[in-house]
Amino acid sequence: MKKVYLISGGITKFAKAHPEKDFRLMVREAYDYALSHVPRLEPSMIDGSVVSYFSDHFTRQLMAGAMVQDFLGLCPKPSRRVEGGGATGGLCIQSAYEAVASGRMKVIVAAGFETMSRVNTWKGNEFIALASDTNYDYPLGGFYTGYYAMMVVRHMHEFGTTPEQMACVSVKNHMNALHNPFAQHPADLTIEDVRKSEMVSWPLTRLDCCTMSDGAAVCILADEDTAFKVCDNPVLIKGVGTGTDCMRMADRPHGDVILLPNEKEDDYKDFKYPGVHSFRAGRTAAKMAYEHAGISNPLDELDFIELHDAYTSSEIQTYEDLGLCRYGEGGSFVEKGKPFLKDIDYGLELPEKAVIPVNPSGGLLASGHPVGATGIMQAVFSLWQLQGTIGKHFGTDKLQIKDAKRGLIHSHAGTGTYVAVTILEKT
Amino acid sequence: MSKKIKIPETEEGTILFNTDPVIIKNHYEMDYIHSYAQDSPFFIGLTKGVLLGSECKECGYKYATPRMHCMYCGKETAWFELPETGKIHTWTTCYYGGEAFLKETPYNLILVEFDGVDTLFQSRLIGIKEDEIKIGMDVKAQFLRNSKFKITDVYFAPSS
Ligand SMILES: [Zn+2]
Repeated sequence: MKKVYLISGGITKFAKAHPEKDFRLMVREAYDYALSHVPRLEPSMIDGSVVSYFSDHFTRQLMAGAMVQDFLGLCPKPSRRVEGGGATGGLCIQSAYEAVASGRMKVIVAAGFETMSRVNTWKGNEFIALASDTNYDYPLGGFYTGYYAMMVVRHMHEFGTTPEQMACVSVKNHMNALHNPFAQHPADLTIEDVRKSEMVSWPLTRLDCCTMSDGAAVCILADEDTAFKVCDNPVLIKGVGTGTDCMRMADRPHGDVILLPNEKEDDYKDFKYPGVHSFRAGRTAAKMAYEHAGISNPLDELDFIELHDAYTSSEIQTYEDLGLCRYGEGGSFVEKGKPFLKDIDYGLELPEKAVIPVNPSGGLLASGHPVGATGIMQAVFSLWQLQGTIGKHFGTDKLQIKDAKRGLIHSHAGTGTYVAVTILEKT
Repeated sequence: MSKKIKIPETEEGTILFNTDPVIIKNHYEMDYIHSYAQDSPFFIGLTKGVLLGSECKECGYKYATPRMHCMYCGKETAWFELPETGKIHTWTTCYYGGEAFLKETPYNLILVEFDGVDTLFQSRLIGIKEDEIKIGMDVKAQFLRNSKFKITDVYFAPSS
């Protein structure tokens, strides 16, 4: 396998609606932004693309990926669409990685988008709910906030996690996004604001959930020769991991924990795993990516994480899957202040020191979640963190993590049905 | 003499939301011919007031939500009748939902666990308020008399 590098990225501002731009133009803008930061890369050096978007229902245009390829001027080079629910963007990055790692391509574009404003919010929820079993789950009135609510209610039962701990995640991510000009929904919130916002599905309120978005994001990946030829500070893709689980959360096993290198069997006596409270796919992807990257203690060896916080609850569950704390400790992990940024005043009493910034960009909760673009957005923000160029792209250094050497991105679908974890390293 | 050929004009208009950019209403509707295929016996069971799970004769794993092949050994499973009562494994009350279900809100969703069965079953819970629902509570399956051949033909209510 050849080494693969991220050499540039671009993103449109995520917004509730971008009616003045269709998906092709949004991707084009993100692509041009990415190209403008690697002037030594000639478009003729690009060997192909992977294009990702989640829902044909939102687009109501089949083969929209082919239209993006066309609009970017990349025909007749190779291209394909990658789709995997909420993890679509993360899987797209990994598919692009595979094309370069295998030696098939030297330079590839990973481009993702979603145009969710084309239907009203509750129709959009219905479309997304079709990504659950349409015989057994969806016709019950099943929808994603409801599924995640059931998962976290069990997490609360097992571990004593509280809605206020979940609200801490919302406060953190919305506050971080105040310094991210690409974010859709930055806000200065209190725990009370989160708990008092409209109840969607108990215990998840509107401010515990991400919103629908229009947006696009693009990453350019390259092999070692090209990366160092055209880019002064490429970022190495150090590890990739991918996991899956049963589509129906009712089918999830109640067995033994998949252990990370920093855990022992004794940590989890009489513990039924994953049940519906944890994400086996997330743990599998993390373990694989850590092994690939040679990481044995994620908390010590990672400098930041951009993870898939479609819900505040799933951010807490994901701390545990990624081994930032043990299973059951996710609620206290955030309540103590561990995943916060050091230099931001969140208006919260945080008893312990920040340990590892999680979603310094604002995550999905505050940056937005145009599904096919989301995982690529995480890669773009992480690339800039590792290049030390947040100030240049955001217009402020506030979110720049000093001396960031290694970051992890985590892209998640369904009720944890596909999860893609990718580890990025400064060169 | 050549006659000018024209498409006949109609009086149907287009619903327009905006002109800069032009945003129009685009209607889309669809009826699917949906087969439950190998899961059909489960839905027939509901019409008879029976909840069917599936079990693997090879490894003994029992599925509360049927699947025709075992996720562990890949063998074809066999139907078996689930108990009428189970316990709430987890729950939520939905105040919103997909557009098709908004008119039914608020409603409760639960995952039911059955004694001796390895996986869970998702359903609606009726006859109880949000603040009274508890994990571990006993619930009993009830069935619609006028079957719709949908998963909502079965629902649960507190049994004690
Ligand atoms: Zn079996």
